[in-house]
Amino acid sequence: MAVVFERTKGLRPVSTHYCPGCTHGIIHRLTAEALEELGVLDRAIGVAPVGCSVLAYNYFNCDMQEAAHGRAPAVATGIKRVLPDKFVFTYQGDGDLASIGTAEVVHAAHRGENISIVFVNNAIYGMTGGQMAPTTLAGQRTTTSPLGRDPLHAGYPIRIAEMLAMIPGAAFIERVSVDSPANVRKAKKAIKRAFEIQLEGKGFSLVEVLSTCPTNWGIEPPLALKWLRENMIPYYPLGNFRDKTKEEATDE
Amino acid sequence: MAAKGKVTFSRDLCKGCGLCVSACPLKILEMDRETINEKGYNPAYCADPQKCIGCANCAMMCPDQVITVERF
Repeated sequence: MAVVFERTKGLRPVSTHYCPGCTHGIIHRLTAEALEELGVLDRAIGVAPVGCSVLAYNYFNCDMQEAAHGRAPAVATGIKRVLPDKFVFTYQGDGDLASIGTAEVVHAAHRGENISIVFVNNAIYGMTGGQMAPTTLAGQRTTTSPLGRDPLHAGYPIRIAEMLAMIPGAAFIERVSVDSPANVRKAKKAIKRAFEIQLEGKGFSLVEVLSTCPTNWGIEPPLALKWLRENMIPYYPLGNFRDKTKEEATDE
Repeated sequence: MAAKGKVTFSRDLCKGCGLCVSACPLKILEMDRETINEKGYNPAYCADPQKCIGCANCAMMCPDQVITVERF
């Protein structure tokens, strides 16, 4: 008998505060497994955001630093520049990275900082009670858009992966989803590749992970995954938007 | 048919979200409506262990790392 799946050492043996069915748990696990498999747990420094995942520092089994709202890429830049031997990653939600912290992430990418970012997009502000986020889909009902988001009034949802892929300093940008076991396995590969890019010193890497918020969407967890598949993936297409290592290979 | 795999649940970590139940290709996982765990949820369990193939799809989708999977 062989154990084919057990709890990763990259996560501390504690229960998380996340709501039942919240895919933050899956994304935490994928990030921790990637750290463990690459053997960087003992020299990894994570930067936690503000939002639902603000307590990420209680769960990852590596050194963690809390940043002010949206400023995780700026804090990570400082840590990486002072301690270039360390592996530095940030774990941010869409309320953190895509709204108040957009400037930080755009400039970190433009500077080509050698850091990795796990960006969790669930199209809503979870922690504060389900308000409309920049990533909320057109027509999606939230507590601050009870009739559905009206793009004429509230603008269009922001596609972070596509935007960052245009930036010359960005080395690796990919969007994945955790709506099915197959997609979870793909997400793991993408996160691991993004981390390898940093270890190879190639520069800025970001993985956008489409996630659910069963509580604030008001949908049962399994149906929330279906909602993600049917509504979010058409607007936020999955795939790799930039991989500098491949571009270099084709140039030669 | 003999079981090819085995799933073990850390029941007190389970939040009863049911993502493992919907991910199981053989539909052998269920929520245990008779039990309430430490957190106050009905935890998931394997209703027909003989059919388990050890594919680990349930563990892949579990947000709380409740499930350990073994394969024979």
